[in-house]
Amino acid sequence: MSFWTQIGFEFDTAFSLVNYAEAVEKPMYRALLLRSLTISAICTVATVLLSYPMAYYVAFHVRKHKMAWIILMTVPFFSSYLLRIFAWKIILGYNGVINSGLKGLGLIEQPLAFLLYSPTAVVITLAHAWAAFAILPIYISLEKIDRSLIEAATDLGDGPVKRFLGITLPLSMPGVIAASLMIFIPTVGDYVTPTLVGGPDGLMIANLIQAQFGLVNNWPMGAALALDMMLVVAVISLLYIWLTRKVTENIA
Amino acid sequence: MNEVAYIDRPNRPLYFYAILYLAFLYIPVLFLPLFSFNDNIYIAFPLKGFTTQWYVTMFNDQPMWAALNNSLRVACVSSAIATLLGLFGAKAVTRYRIPGVKPIIFVIMLPMVVPLIIMGVALLILVTRLGFNLSLYTIAMAHVLISVPFAMATLMSRFEGFDPSMEEASSDLGAGPWSTFWRVTLPMVAPGVLASFLLCFTISFDEFIMAFFLGGTDPTLPIFIWGQLRFPQRLPGVLALGSLILVISFVLVFFSLWLRRLGVEDTKSGI
Repeated sequence: MSFWTQIGFEFDTAFSLVNYAEAVEKPMYRALLLRSLTISAICTVATVLLSYPMAYYVAFHVRKHKMAWIILMTVPFFSSYLLRIFAWKIILGYNGVINSGLKGLGLIEQPLAFLLYSPTAVVITLAHAWAAFAILPIYISLEKIDRSLIEAATDLGDGPVKRFLGITLPLSMPGVIAASLMIFIPTVGDYVTPTLVGGPDGLMIANLIQAQFGLVNNWPMGAALALDMMLVVAVISLLYIWLTRKVTENIA
Repeated sequence: MNEVAYIDRPNRPLYFYAILYLAFLYIPVLFLPLFSFNDNIYIAFPLKGFTTQWYVTMFNDQPMWAALNNSLRVACVSSAIATLLGLFGAKAVTRYRIPGVKPIIFVIMLPMVVPLIIMGVALLILVTRLGFNLSLYTIAMAHVLISVPFAMATLMSRFEGFDPSMEEASSDLGAGPWSTFWRVTLPMVAPGVLASFLLCFTISFDEFIMAFFLGGTDPTLPIFIWGQLRFPQRLPGVLALGSLILVISFVLVFFSLWLRRLGVEDTKSGI
């Protein structure tokens, strides 16, 4: 359908690349796609960095009730996505938890305006919503590491830092890669978060795609944009996998 | 020897970090129930006082009940179908030798990683081109598609956990394929089936994007909530409703994860 064109309320089903040309040429489309990718990338990096120590802790330092920890970490992920994002809207809002709380404590005079309706808000909310997706793959890959390797490194005189960089980190890379992709791919196309907490500066490509099917009523254009996004995300993911493979090979 | 024990030694900084992390995961969600009892139409500190009026308002809200009814119907139908498909699929890939099983599993698991908006757009085009009207059926169909990977994953681990020789023994003793499946396989995987059903149910019940694109005139509960978010004076009612949903879904998910774990542990001790 992305190769068709919209004429009024009808579709012209002749093959055409007009939509793709427009998707590439129009600065707005490019800017939105670029912003979606940037927000997702920042969010992915932040989530993985924050989740790694957590997964590490559960894998290496928890002996009893491991399952309880894992269940505790995964349960929020299954609670309503919409409600979790709505919760963040309450927290970050102009009159929200943070602003009214800080004002009540006398720390600030004016509400901090940058909290809600900004790309920052989108990043925070997304990072929170997808945390479980980061922890589980990293945890699984850490859990698989043969403990005797770490013991051997210790016996051979490696300190904690060297032990981590030389053994634990490279061996847990598959988990880190899986985690990054599992967060990056869905967040690029997220619709609810940018709509609820993004504001005009935090709009992402999914909002544009949805608008093509709703208000703008140009379905072929929407389809072209969706495919466009898919393609870009797929290319980036493949590049990322290839790059990390190269880097880990060089370290090992 | 002391250094060898390094791995399991408690690590205080990391422990604090872990607690902080869990707090970060849970606290945002806890604000919903907190404010749902607050006697103030504006959601802000300081808290004004305790009230249950928002719950009363919510219970008298007719469109809410209609939406809840729609959601329950969609969730029941789609999770039943997804679990059934997952059951046969899991049996197929774990019990029989199928050429190209890895690509098949990959395709089945694909909806887990494709951005939902792409799936929504694709299905919307497909459904309207085929000439169907958007309705609760189209939402249910989309929900089957996105919950099948979860059903498969849950049931596959269950099938891998139990010994195929049980089924062989049953057929050696003269049971037909149907009665083997009914009297041996199904009871063995029953906890997995229930866990998968509950998991798919929660997914469908919460799902927004698919319902947003594929919904007709009947809203599901998330769509109803979405509509309410636009009106500030209705927010406390949404908070009350949201808190109830959170409590119920937490209980369901805990239960299904516990069931899944129960199954795994059983078979481990059995072997």
